[in-house]
Amino acid sequence: MIINGVNIDKTFAEAFPMKATRAIITAQNEKWAMIAAQAMTGFATSVIACGCEAGIERVLSPEETPDGRAGVSILIFAMGGKGLAKQLETRAGQCVLTSPTSALFAGISGGKAIPLGKNLRFFGDGFQISKKIGNKRYWRVPVMDGEFLTEATTGMIDAVGGGNFLVLAESQPQALAACEAAIEEMRKIPNVIMPFPGGVVRSGSKVGSKYPALGASTNDAFCPTLKGITNTDLSPEIESVMEIVIDGLTKEDIDKAMRAGIQAVCNLGSGNGVKRISAGNYGGKLGPFHFHLQEIMA
Amino acid sequence: MSNLTFTLKGQTDQRIDLSPLVCQKLQNLNPEEIAGIQLQHGNRKVRVDELFNISGSDSQNIVFANSNSKLDYIGKELEGGNITIHGDAGAYLALSMKSGTITVTGNTGIFTACEMKNGFLQIEGNAGDFLGGALPGNKQGMKGGAVLVKGNVGARAGDHMRRGQILIEGSAGDYCGSRMLAGTIAVMGNTGRYLGYAMRRGTLLLWNQPQISATFNDCGTHTLAFLPILFASFKSLNSRFADKNLAFQRVRRFGGDMAETGRGEILVKL
Repeated sequence: MIINGVNIDKTFAEAFPMKATRAIITAQNEKWAMIAAQAMTGFATSVIACGCEAGIERVLSPEETPDGRAGVSILIFAMGGKGLAKQLETRAGQCVLTSPTSALFAGISGGKAIPLGKNLRFFGDGFQISKKIGNKRYWRVPVMDGEFLTEATTGMIDAVGGGNFLVLAESQPQALAACEAAIEEMRKIPNVIMPFPGGVVRSGSKVGSKYPALGASTNDAFCPTLKGITNTDLSPEIESVMEIVIDGLTKEDIDKAMRAGIQAVCNLGSGNGVKRISAGNYGGKLGPFHFHLQEIMA
Repeated sequence: MSNLTFTLKGQTDQRIDLSPLVCQKLQNLNPEEIAGIQLQHGNRKVRVDELFNISGSDSQNIVFANSNSKLDYIGKELEGGNITIHGDAGAYLALSMKSGTITVTGNTGIFTACEMKNGFLQIEGNAGDFLGGALPGNKQGMKGGAVLVKGNVGARAGDHMRRGQILIEGSAGDYCGSRMLAGTIAVMGNTGRYLGYAMRRGTLLLWNQPQISATFNDCGTHTLAFLPILFASFKSLNSRFADKNLAFQRVRRFGGDMAETGRGEILVKL
């Protein structure tokens, strides 16, 4: 398949099941809601070493938030429920509780309830106040700037992590420009995050390493500087490869995001140095979710 | 299917215990069985059809028509369904109510919503003393649900209240929120003396400056984040509480009762 001169490989991205939750952070204004959200989703690019994958889903208008203030919606993904709950609580405690004027709310009402502010309340040292409004419990924790308001729990649901595609270009600037265009479009899709810095990862990995202690190592087949000395997957004109990884609440959400991203890359076309779109997989052995590029773009 | 309607035949000298006439107990009974239920009437038992004209058959929507303040225990332990009372209700309305809704067009007597667990009670008129309180000797009053009173309430509203919301459009009598354990009482009108007497936790939300007891300490003025969420939850009510123009976020906070644990609060609109 060729779109606007860009070759779409007949391959698939392989993704695996994860647990996910959404939290809504509000603050006095969008600036401070974003600061808290960025702190909470920081150091969360990959479950390999961060414990979770997290990102900002979108900015919320005051009409969309529970307390009528500016807000930001974030998604957090982890391999298991326990790990997710731990990451959520730690991050909420260190990054949102501490952030001026912030409040924290559940972003998913269904699924299994996991603690959001339920245990953060103990920071209140006995001065915390519970308020049950409707069927939701909130905690008011006295802090130095006033009160930190948080919902007690949020919902945890099954999700999908590790959707991806690779952008192969004639130069590094061209690969990055294509990925930036893709991320801009993909951020418009709800229920997904691209957890790597700026949404783009330049160090895609393969499973395994020559060093026994490492479970993953550089994807040498896609490293342009190794074209002559390894079993490369790159043609001579490819000088740079970048990857976009997508975590989503459902397979369909990732489908939509991949389609939007690949389309944006193809819109730039081969004239802008983009030559190929490929994807990372492990032969279908790792994850049950397969995203076939040509089917997505059909 | 029309509402199951009990129309009181006339004035009665004795009080009547209507606790058997709740939705869940009438669910599978035929009209003859309902008519034959024995009610405590003063010191004797009488059949329902001796006191009421019965019409309709929908036991999940019960109406008491021509009701007066002698009809006690209406909606006791109600578990689902709706009860509408045209007129006044006596004591212990919605006692230990578990779910469902009760609407009263008139006034209610003492111990309304006493130890209520959940559900919604709306009173168009006034409510008597010990609204949402505990039975004498018991340590926990209302434990959940919401009560909306469009008129005034008597003394000791929310006495020993544990959880839930009492919304009062009018004024409250003395000792409002006394011995309160938690929950929220909102009063749009005035409040009497000894507000929050011996309250341990909970919130008294007031539109007008009350007479503050010496055992409540001024914690200053604040903008509280939970108030917009609380007011938003009133949106669906047929009440002045649903009026956005009457909502507020700036309050003066008084902490107390310091003679108790001091974890309760009186929030007064600024």
